[in-house]
Amino acid sequence: MAAASPRVAHAWDVLHDVLDPEVPAISVTDLGIVRDVVEHGDALEVVVTPTYSGCPATEVIEQAIADALAAAGLGPARVTQRRAPAWTTDWITPEGREKLRAYGIAPPGSCASEATSGNVQPIRLMARDVACPRCGSAQTERLSAFGSTACKSLYRCVACREPFEHFKPI
Amino acid sequence: MSTTFAPLPTTASRSAAVASTTTESIAFAPTPQQAYLMRVGDTCLIHAQRLAEWSGHAPILEEDIALTNLALDLVGQARALLSHVGAQTGFDEDQLAFLRNERDFLNFTIAELPGRKAGRDFADAIVRNFLIAAWMNVLWARLEASSDADIAAIAGKAVKESRYHVAHAADWVVRLGDGTDESARRTRQAVARLWPYAAELFETDAIDTAAAESGLGPLRVALQAEWQAIVEPVFAEAGLAIPAASAFRSTGSRGVHSEHMGYLLAEMQTLQRSFPGGVW
Repeated sequence: MAAASPRVAHAWDVLHDVLDPEVPAISVTDLGIVRDVVEHGDALEVVVTPTYSGCPATEVIEQAIADALAAAGLGPARVTQRRAPAWTTDWITPEGREKLRAYGIAPPGSCASEATSGNVQPIRLMARDVACPRCGSAQTERLSAFGSTACKSLYRCVACREPFEHFKPI
Repeated sequence: MSTTFAPLPTTASRSAAVASTTTESIAFAPTPQQAYLMRVGDTCLIHAQRLAEWSGHAPILEEDIALTNLALDLVGQARALLSHVGAQTGFDEDQLAFLRNERDFLNFTIAELPGRKAGRDFADAIVRNFLIAAWMNVLWARLEASSDADIAAIAGKAVKESRYHVAHAADWVVRLGDGTDESARRTRQAVARLWPYAAELFETDAIDTAAAESGLGPLRVALQAEWQAIVEPVFAEAGLAIPAASAFRSTGSRGVHSEHMGYLLAEMQTLQRSFPGGVW
């Protein structure tokens, strides 16, 4: 990969501050959905991989990216989608995970090997390794498989009694 | 700050607008490959519409959220597939979803059967969700190897979502089937009502054959063993018997729907029919 042009590097800096509208604790780069930034003569192309098929934030995110780049004087920019390979929570950066935890959302465990490990349990799947983002206790229990957004489930900490959200590994 | 509103359209002007546009249904003759994808996309869409009927009405708040989250995933999957077909046929996803007539929808009949609004039990919603989610899970896994790179990419995402759908539905089948006498009785009734419609998920016809030959996707019948491998252990754990096979075959995937489909479409399509081209 050739060294990024100053404009592309500046664009990445701008993208580091474009927040996910549904989880405004982390940026689109923390989330790992920005796959590439390419310069085409005058225009910048930002390649994004959507999180969930039905995520209503996808279009808002694309608009926010285009607006942020325009505001930084880097436009015109267009956002394109790349579906393959599919986005996975494994692409959330270590910084992104820490920001999630600080925000009160338990970050997802790894699912890198889910398809090949032989540990796939399509039936009765339930994460049992979710630590409370507040007190760190592993004594937690799931309240609901689905939460306020498609990407999260609801948990409760048995130790500190706080309810919290868990970003599902996918 | 003062705000001015445009005057509401009068009944007469609205009637004129509606009358001039309600006939503009779209129609086209899909290729076998397009029909194959519409069967899946339409099933996602119609199933989502039925699941969404539970919004605000599920027995517990968590399940209200869960069923609508599943519907959201399914709408996203339907959008991807219908947009793909639309790109080949000159229509957009909204036109395909909201301006086709009943006979041009190719979803499996099981997805359109009556739901909450028709007084059907929560157990029906759970059993249907389980039977369809298991089928989708098996199908998406196969479609990851589709000769159509876009379909393979869509499947790569959807298969992961469908794992959560199956797991959630299976949890509920066991909870209800292995629950109280009353929940078990009602779940058995739901299984008896829905099971005959599952047979359509494994039929083979010229559309499947063409799709399989071109490498687009598997024959439906090729999904049956894997589907049973998901369904049977869960039914066993739930204490539910697998009903005997019957000769009945539903025909939604050929565009010949049950009497419930027209009402569903009327509700689903009314906004776009009344306000053509309307967007959020």
